[in-house]
Amino acid sequence: MAADWVRRIAVNHREWVFWIVAIALPLLFPGKLLLINEIAILALFALSLDLLLGYAGIISLGHAAFFGVGAYAAGLLAKHGLAEPLVGLLLSAAAAAVLGFLTSFLVLRGSDLTRLMVTMGIGLMLLELANRFDTITGGADGLQGVVMAPLLGLFAFDLAGRTACAYSMAILLVLFLLARRLVRSPFGLSLRAVKANRLRAVSVGVPADTRLVTIYTIAAAYAGAAGALLAQTTQFVSLDVLDFHRSADVLLVLVLGGSGYLYGGLIGAAIFKVMQDWLAAQTPQYWQFWIGLLLVVIVLAGRERVAVAIRRRWTALTRRFAGEPTP
Amino acid sequence: MLTILFDGLAYGMILFVLACGLAVTLGLMNFVNLAHGAFAMAGGYITVLLMSRASVPFLLCLPIAFAITALIGLLLERTLYVWLYSRPHLDHVLFTIGLVFMSIAAVDYTMGAQQQIIRLPVFLQGRLEVLGVSIGVYRLFVILVCGVLVVVLQSILVFTRFGSRLRAAVDDQRVARGLGIDVDAVFAITFAAGSGLAGLGGALGAEILGLDPTFPLKFMIYFLIVVTVGGTTSITGPFLAAILLGVADVAGKYYVPELGAFVIYALMVLVLLWRPHGLFTRRGAR
Repeated sequence: MAADWVRRIAVNHREWVFWIVAIALPLLFPGKLLLINEIAILALFALSLDLLLGYAGIISLGHAAFFGVGAYAAGLLAKHGLAEPLVGLLLSAAAAAVLGFLTSFLVLRGSDLTRLMVTMGIGLMLLELANRFDTITGGADGLQGVVMAPLLGLFAFDLAGRTACAYSMAILLVLFLLARRLVRSPFGLSLRAVKANRLRAVSVGVPADTRLVTIYTIAAAYAGAAGALLAQTTQFVSLDVLDFHRSADVLLVLVLGGSGYLYGGLIGAAIFKVMQDWLAAQTPQYWQFWIGLLLVVIVLAGRERVAVAIRRRWTALTRRFAGEPTP
Repeated sequence: MLTILFDGLAYGMILFVLACGLAVTLGLMNFVNLAHGAFAMAGGYITVLLMSRASVPFLLCLPIAFAITALIGLLLERTLYVWLYSRPHLDHVLFTIGLVFMSIAAVDYTMGAQQQIIRLPVFLQGRLEVLGVSIGVYRLFVILVCGVLVVVLQSILVFTRFGSRLRAAVDDQRVARGLGIDVDAVFAITFAAGSGLAGLGGALGAEILGLDPTFPLKFMIYFLIVVTVGGTTSITGPFLAAILLGVADVAGKYYVPELGAFVIYALMVLVLLWRPHGLFTRRGAR
């Protein structure tokens, strides 16, 4: 147990390897920049859900709500004059955070099922609103005419996705480091305590409700940032950002990679997107079937086991590259 | 005004038939079955296929739809669901969402994405004028069928030996097991019956709710609303919730069409805030 803690706190070689590989990817596959951009965005979205699910134990079926709010905020800001990407990103994340803060009080009460219902209800409500107020959001046609200013005033967004990819990766890295710092702080530890046993956590003096509200708001901001990245790099927003399948997909991503250690969302996002890319090329219309089958198989095989297998493979791989002795 | 009430009643009745199986699954095994709508869709498509390919009369299709979906339900329960009862809720959610996705894609692949139309027999078409209120004949039929079903279900639950076993198992599974009730068998039967009812509801409701491959996703939230608002400890709770939901939805769509389904979702969130365990739950129950 003690050794486990040391390993968790210390900056280890494996994390360096992960990020070197991640940064090398766009250089190795210059033809796949758009895909890598999507992976980075999905990874950030999954990271946000991991903060909720893996650290606070809140199951959400409506996480796309915050993704969508971030996306629409970024799109609308850019459309109505504020084309600077970084400011737009911050404001969009803030908008999602406000929504997250307001709705967090709804998920405090009740059982898992009530939470599922409430989160899903909020997601559907926003989808319905975005659909109805089509004079603002563009409705089913999507929000068009989003034009971004060059990043930092230097790098224009190009069709090949060079700027987009670098931008998303950089934001992902920064926000990841922030999340990593967060979950290893006393705050993060108290969250784990609440997740493990709320009653006991409260009785040793952890303000459980405040903790949950805080992490829900932070996770919402992260999801909003991911949505904003999508809107800014594709310069288009459609109702799809709020769709139910997005909430379900991100759960699958987290299940693929495993939750509760932050890298799960990142690895899961890469696996998911590559798989989707491949399956969509095979059976463009019906890839949803294979996603469903995958979910069923993973659950039947034991979610934990799959995640552990992936993590072990990953550890062995990076150890070898980092030159650590394999145990 | 009364027409809206009547349409809402028919709508709510169908929702009840669709969702009551889910209430039992949730109450008995604490299993979150998001794939319940897939069974309803199966019932709907069975009816469409039987009517168009084998030209089976509509009224005969209804029991067949019930039987086949019940069989599918029993099969799935015994082979797949049974492994998952002791797992955390997240597993239930992931597994059943997976099933939903598979069913959507499979139906899309075999039947196409278009809306399916059920040709009702002539004597169920048209409208009646009763005391100045215009009533759709089919809606009247639906209300009658569902009304009979509610009475039958309630009497099975209250008056039969099986019903008392089921109630005992829902109230306290461990004690029920201790008394020698075969909870697994009770559950398998109820699951099959619940799936069958969903299939029947899908067949009955195809005309009113519409039937296309996205059916399980579109109505998932409705079933869940019925169950969470109505509670899982009785049949009357979900029944009242379904009627309320049906009337509210039809009225909402009629009076404030620009808001669409927004009214329903907002109402649900408010109810859950006010009473997290449902409107009609007994005190002291789970």
